[in-house]
Amino acid sequence: MKYLFDGVSRSALILLVFFFAALSVAPMILNDYLIVVLITILYFAYAGQCWNIMMGFAGQLSLGHALYIGLGAYVTAALYVKFGVSPWIGIWPALVIAGVAGAVIGFLAFRFGVSGVYFAILTIAFAEFARIGFDHFSWVGGSAGYFLPVANYTQNDLFNLRGSPRMFYYLLLAMAALAFILCHILLRSRAGYYWLAIRESPEAAEALGINIFRYKMYAVVLSAALTSLGGVIFAFFYNNLFPEQVFHISRSIELILGPIIGGIGTLFGPIVGAFLLTGLAEGLREIMLRLGVDLPGVKQVFYGICLLVVIMFLPEGVWPPLKKKLGLDRDSGGKGS
Amino acid sequence: MLHRIIVVPIEVILKIAISGVLTGLVYGLMALGLSVIFGVVRVVNFAHGEMMTIAMYLVIVFFTALGFDPLVMLVPVSAVLFALGYLMQRAIINPFINRPEHSQFMLLVAIALIMVNGLLIVFGPDSQGITTSYSFDSFDLGGVIIDAGKVYAAFAALIVASLLFAFFRLTLTGKAIRACADNYNGALVVGLDVKRLYALTFGIGAACVGAAGTMLMIVTDVTPAIGPAYTLLAFVIVITGGLGSMPGAIVGGVLIGLTEALAGFYFTPSAKTMFSFGILVLVLLFRPQGIMGRKTA
Repeated sequence: MKYLFDGVSRSALILLVFFFAALSVAPMILNDYLIVVLITILYFAYAGQCWNIMMGFAGQLSLGHALYIGLGAYVTAALYVKFGVSPWIGIWPALVIAGVAGAVIGFLAFRFGVSGVYFAILTIAFAEFARIGFDHFSWVGGSAGYFLPVANYTQNDLFNLRGSPRMFYYLLLAMAALAFILCHILLRSRAGYYWLAIRESPEAAEALGINIFRYKMYAVVLSAALTSLGGVIFAFFYNNLFPEQVFHISRSIELILGPIIGGIGTLFGPIVGAFLLTGLAEGLREIMLRLGVDLPGVKQVFYGICLLVVIMFLPEGVWPPLKKKLGLDRDSGGKGS
Repeated sequence: MLHRIIVVPIEVILKIAISGVLTGLVYGLMALGLSVIFGVVRVVNFAHGEMMTIAMYLVIVFFTALGFDPLVMLVPVSAVLFALGYLMQRAIINPFINRPEHSQFMLLVAIALIMVNGLLIVFGPDSQGITTSYSFDSFDLGGVIIDAGKVYAAFAALIVASLLFAFFRLTLTGKAIRACADNYNGALVVGLDVKRLYALTFGIGAACVGAAGTMLMIVTDVTPAIGPAYTLLAFVIVITGGLGSMPGAIVGGVLIGLTEALAGFYFTPSAKTMFSFGILVLVLLFRPQGIMGRKTA
């Protein structure tokens, strides 16, 4: 905890507290539709934060994070439906399995010098592997999908994660906040500085005596395990899982758009990106609804254009210039706050 | 059927293996495009499969509107794709040449996303195919029956690939492109127009997928969503064969085509991708430079 307030300016802290307070009271004012939108935003903010540990901090581009989402979702859902195991207990095997999956990919890649784009391809390959595997895994429904009994919305059962969107909202808010704080602490820890060194120059980091294999492994395993918790929420909120959707590459891409658009390697990037992207996408949906246009794919084209524009004109993402505008970068805490 | 076949006759296995190799040659041509682009421009074309689906839909449009045979459309479709690749490189990718790898990669992910879903909006999600006059023809090689369409497709792919080899070996432009690939600064110093050569290379790579896509329409159907799968396939082939090695792309294509055909036959068709990924993992582990690739330090 000793790093908790390191490099956080007073204005940033005040802004953060206001932001959190606003999100905390939001469900009391907003209608159900907007709460679901906010849930989507918080989900992407959380998952994006987890992905950011790998790419933003340690510089390892993963395009297969749907794998960890899917593993978390399937493990806890199967334990709950088949054996009545509470998701609060089910998350532990989920964390372990996702962590091991991350470790296997990391080990294969980092031991044999697979990096950069090759590493990204390897992560896609494993996610695709899982997608096809789960398509044939009839114990959890195979390609026909796996379903959780639909919740009774009048009563919140936090222990079994059955309940109203409001419950999921607060759960995700807590998760996103904790992930944010964890990443803030990580960035100021020894591991965080090692990761940044590896990201900037693996050769130089190694020359300085950093065990780059070990620290890259830490990043992958941590990122994978934390991402799987997002999958738990995904399973229990949507109540249905299809390998074709859960593990699909478009899921992985959707998940990383937030941090890229917000700003890779920044703490606010994933949050800002999730708000921007989901907010704009919902706005677009609303406009299309008004116009009576119903075309599948429009949302994705829109995502593509957003990504293209940001990558071309704001290579660092939206947050770094925004931060400057807000005057939050005066006390430099590195690329962090 | 009254009796269960326990032993698969050798003719059947041969037929499967040969059609796997023939399809693999077309895959090889597709992967060749990726390999050429990466070898010269040093940009990983993550929109490769998506560009191929564009070519495949072009074939469908031409076929339904004008009734042209895919073999006739080989040249025009390749030309259109060449123009697409040339313009993409010139307008969008060129400013990214000196950007970090992941930045280029995300740029092409964005382009791929727009292509897949653009096709989805225009053509809808259903799979579409064409039936040519020789769709149901076949050759009988001593009891082994081979689809005529596959033979034509593989043959055309081989011709295009050989033309490409000849272009890079024999023409001045081809040599200039290889010079850019070998030594970027050296090429600049001797006064080569690197920007133009890069755009040309991207166009050539795109023309390869154009030709491969046209040939694939003879043997298979297309949906907008298939694009990413072809991109991955091209990557698997190129990494297996050896990145930057032109013969490697063809060898990798044949290997993957053969593996997929046999895996699809012995297990289930949907499991075939798992086997090619298995090969990818093995290659990355034991021979990261690929089958035909040169070892780098």
